[in-house]
Amino acid sequence: MASPAVIDVNGLAALIAALQQEGYRVIGPIQRDGAIIYDEISQLNDLPFGWGDEQEAGMYRVRRREDNAVFGYAVGPHSWKRFLHPSPVVLWRARRRGNEWMIEEPVEDSPRLAFLGVRSCDLHAIGVLDRVLHHGSYIDPIYAERRESAFVIVVQCAHFTPRTCFCASMGTGPKATQGFDLALTELVEPDAHRFVVEVGSARGAAILQQIPHRPAEPTDVTAAEHAIAQTAASMGRQLQTAGLPAALLANLEHPHWDKIAQRCLACGNCTMVCPTCFCFSVEDRHDLTGTVTERVRRLDVCFTTSFTYTAGKPLRQSIRSRYRQWLTHKLATWVEQFGTFGCVGCGRCITWCPVGIDLTIEAAAITGREQTTEGVV
Amino acid sequence: MPRRRRRPKLAVWKFASCDGCQLTLLDCEDELLLMSELFEIAYFLEASSAVVRGPYDLSLVEGSITTAEEVERIHAIRRQSRILVAMGACATAGGIQALRNFVDVEDMKRVVYASPEYVRTLEHSLPASAYVPVDYELPGCPPNKVQVLEFLTAFLQGRRPSIPTHSVCLDCKRQGIVCVMVAEGIPCLGPVTRTGCGALCPRYRRGCYGCFGPMESPNTESLSAWFLIRSGLAPQQLVPLYRSFNAAAPAFVEASQRYADPKSVQKAAESLGTHAFDQREPANGEA
Ligand code: SF4
Ligand code: SF4
Ligand code: SF4
Ligand code: SF4
Ligand code: SF4
Repeated sequence: MASPAVIDVNGLAALIAALQQEGYRVIGPIQRDGAIIYDEISQLNDLPFGWGDEQEAGMYRVRRREDNAVFGYAVGPHSWKRFLHPSPVVLWRARRRGNEWMIEEPVEDSPRLAFLGVRSCDLHAIGVLDRVLHHGSYIDPIYAERRESAFVIVVQCAHFTPRTCFCASMGTGPKATQGFDLALTELVEPDAHRFVVEVGSARGAAILQQIPHRPAEPTDVTAAEHAIAQTAASMGRQLQTAGLPAALLANLEHPHWDKIAQRCLACGNCTMVCPTCFCFSVEDRHDLTGTVTERVRRLDVCFTTSFTYTAGKPLRQSIRSRYRQWLTHKLATWVEQFGTFGCVGCGRCITWCPVGIDLTIEAAAITGREQTTEGVV
Repeated sequence: MPRRRRRPKLAVWKFASCDGCQLTLLDCEDELLLMSELFEIAYFLEASSAVVRGPYDLSLVEGSITTAEEVERIHAIRRQSRILVAMGACATAGGIQALRNFVDVEDMKRVVYASPEYVRTLEHSLPASAYVPVDYELPGCPPNKVQVLEFLTAFLQGRRPSIPTHSVCLDCKRQGIVCVMVAEGIPCLGPVTRTGCGALCPRYRRGCYGCFGPMESPNTESLSAWFLIRSGLAPQQLVPLYRSFNAAAPAFVEASQRYADPKSVQKAAESLGTHAFDQREPANGEA
């Protein structure tokens, strides 16, 4: 691949414009409603210049930064799952004509999306979703279409202190090394606000050619490496992954599950914000006259009772059993099923749990392993 | 569609209530005409003074049962109805007027009315299900039009209505709303409240106040403990939080009574284990 380049803030504006020119809808970070979320970007100024965040278990606040960094924040409540695995979607529609049903497949306006600001953990999360929805024996056409056309611009994690995330433990970051079209590392030096650009694909190289850039100097590359290394050295949480699946599955009756169940609300926020949780339910809807019926798919989570409704009643009646399903799926049975963890260490489930339940602490307590995060918290 | 031999007879009844649920029905503007073709609207005084005698195929009941006359009337309606549906927070949980269930009704009468001797009322405001078997409950103050239509559609098709019982949070997140509790420290009852409103309040940056009543497995003890220890609410603030439109729903009764005692804060912290609540100052001092 091409050697690294450098663009400035104008180059970033040109990048957005070039992608739009190519017919992409650019999705990126926006500061809105007290958080950094992902939505469509129309221009450079939509990006969260000078905004950062503070996160703890059950707590998130946007904060003004002292500098003007564009990407100086840790991941927020949204993930790319929102765009790759959308919800709700109408799978098909049927119309009654006399005694016959006519099945219509809705014409999907499957948009070409460019993701600006994909963190390394989230790039790995997309990889996890790929295994589940794209590369296995059951291919989800909605995911596949969006995924194949998506243009991925990574932004390496730098200039913030991770608090609830633990990608280093999961081997998913903080530096993304492959699987992107372009990867930016922001450098916010005064008078030299710039981005070191790595090229990861031919179409990445083609877009770079359309925007003003210069070749990266060794000093640029070193500065970028240094910024990412600082992030790696300041991880907020840790999780011991060696032997974790077996250790969790050996402790299915551990009394600590009851303690978690006392606190867990079974609200489903953790699963909804998780970038890899893919579960959905499917439901038929009719109009009042019963002449049009639609099959609708929407995201669902293993914390609802209806999720395990089988043969007349829900299997997982207690909150204990539902939390246990979530944790053991993420950190144990996912490995058997798909060959990776179902967790990339993004920390969202910790931050966005309304009562601050922290899976790194809970997994350590259940497996009786050393809990290494206490000092950090 | 195959013609039915007879349109089902629909009746809409009012008990102690504000009429908001009936307005939700009338608010189905696009569907009203069709509804009047698909149902024989036999009794719906808010819409029409024409009355057809029972029996009825489907009775929608709005309001709570608060007087001896209403007790008789709900029994009479039950006898005449094949399917009886309690609609709204009053009919399903006793409504805001169930606040009197927590005090002496005679005291309440004296405070509210100039001539309390004319008021004949029962001690408690209760849901329809306290007196008669109820086939289905549509929660909410007022219920959501989409859910009401889903129920009526399912009734016409002869299938089970799809009216979920999980938390508001799930629908909050499905819409990509930023959690007001986590991001702004606003106490929100969404995690213990049943979905159905489309997460209306968080969508407008407010906390849910529970107008759809308790969700399927409401863990009010944990949420309350978080409010006390992390959101900085006082126990006496938790009491009115749970005592609004669904004050008499059993899970909310339990929740409001739990913190009537100020010592409960300490107990909450102990019972839930302290590591959940690290005692650091909330980041911006306001949470
Ligand atoms: S389980 Fe939690 S930390 Fe892991 S990927 Fe999901 S949201 Fe992120
Ligand atoms: S943890 Fe639950 S919601 Fe997530 S993928 Fe597994 S079963 Fe589905
Ligand atoms: S762990 Fe937290 S976010 Fe997940 S269901 Fe329980 S209370 Fe909700
Ligand atoms: S705002 Fe309220 S309803 Fe929405 S996710 Fe947060 S706690 Fe749940
Ligand atoms: S968010 Fe809560 S209070 Fe607001 S409308 Fe919905 S259920 Fe009612």
